[in-house]
Amino acid sequence: MSGNQNETKPMIHVENLKKSFGKLDVLQGITETIFEGEVVSVIGPSGGGKSTFLRCLNLLEAPTDGKVFFRGTDITDKSVNIDQFRQKMGMVFQNFNVFPHLKVIDNITITPVLEKKMPRAEAEALACQLLDRVGLLDKKDEYPGKLSGGQKQRLAIVRALAMEPDVMLFDEPTSALDPEMVKEVLNVVRDLANQGMTIVIVTHEMGFAREVSDRVFFIDNGIIQEKGTPEELFTSPKHPRTIEFLGKVL
Amino acid sequence: MLETIIKMWNKYSYVYISGLTGTLCLAAITVLCGTLIGIVLAVMRLSRVKPLQWLVRFYVWVLRGTPILLQLYFFWIFLPRITGINIPDSTCIIIALIVNASSYVAEVIRAGIQAVDKGQTEAARSLGMTGVHTMTRIILPQAVKNILPALGNEFITMIKQASLASVFFINELTTSYKTVASATFRQVESIIIAGLIYLLVTTVLGRILALVEWRMNANER
Repeated sequence: MSGNQNETKPMIHVENLKKSFGKLDVLQGITETIFEGEVVSVIGPSGGGKSTFLRCLNLLEAPTDGKVFFRGTDITDKSVNIDQFRQKMGMVFQNFNVFPHLKVIDNITITPVLEKKMPRAEAEALACQLLDRVGLLDKKDEYPGKLSGGQKQRLAIVRALAMEPDVMLFDEPTSALDPEMVKEVLNVVRDLANQGMTIVIVTHEMGFAREVSDRVFFIDNGIIQEKGTPEELFTSPKHPRTIEFLGKVL
Repeated sequence: MLETIIKMWNKYSYVYISGLTGTLCLAAITVLCGTLIGIVLAVMRLSRVKPLQWLVRFYVWVLRGTPILLQLYFFWIFLPRITGINIPDSTCIIIALIVNASSYVAEVIRAGIQAVDKGQTEAARSLGMTGVHTMTRIILPQAVKNILPALGNEFITMIKQASLASVFFINELTTSYKTVASATFRQVESIIIAGLIYLLVTTVLGRILALVEWRMNANER
């Protein structure tokens, strides 16, 4: 990760990103760059805008104003086929959102087969390899209803990985999990980080953020109030809001 | 009385069976065509085109806010007049029943689609799935589980509602009662026979429906 020369290449760049829901201004102008191979944790109080920030990166939430660039292309441009770019940005949700009507393996293969025209056999081989990596190969013919929360989330992660994305966006991936299942999911995220995947993760797991991140953003009131290495942010926070927040959660 | 009923059944069963066939056909045609139109209406209602939404809302508002019998009269009088050709009563009534059913089915389908968790759409779109594939591969297969039981209920409702067609003497089960009653002058007995047939059919269909629903949810248990 660090010391990697790719780190200087921008993966995602946002410029003056704003998002309002009616009268509520959730994002108030964020300009920031996520570099290739970087692991960025986004922390902050609930309602501060961290999830909205993440969801704007793949335009799941359409920004009210501002631009989002992916590898130099402005994906907020109306002429851009956003589906193509979303394939490159995997996303994992708090509530897993696995497809309950499809078997575990079909959850993974459906999108590569439909949208990347990957031959079914190839997609299934890839899916099996990914399932094996997260210890779910024996569940491949089950329906997700039979899985535990941690297993569902691991499935959701490999489902996104099957699209061979350049970056993974995690939106509080462990917040809906029972405590004993948090670890198994974080281990998968950690493995990804160690393999050099570019990751943006919104999380309340401060210990994990501190351990895996290259940089940490503290978002509150719709802007990045403070950012830096985990060392800087966790041991010597400067902004009063950061100090107050960390004082409460640590 | 039981004896009279059995005697009447032995003599007039063919009238009732013909009526029941008529009722089932009416219900089947109505629900089938109503569903096809209902799908189109639901898609229009969920589209982003405002005038289409308004059109469907108006349609549903009128058809759900007025009595079905009044609608039958309206089509019965209005259709021959506006087209200027002699449309058989049964055709007018079937069209009226279909139009009425379509408004209910449209709402059933819309609700069924909207009941699918929004996270499913988000997950599919975040993977890079197109809007059309998201609808056809992810949302609709799940919505069907919400919609099918409601459509089954609509079919059962239709079996009962088709009795209104007896006002226009179209061959169905309640008309059979009228036929038999006027042939035998035994009002109560002929009603009881028709009622028992209705009960039998709706009960059996209800049980089949419950079974199908149970089977359909099998992989989520």
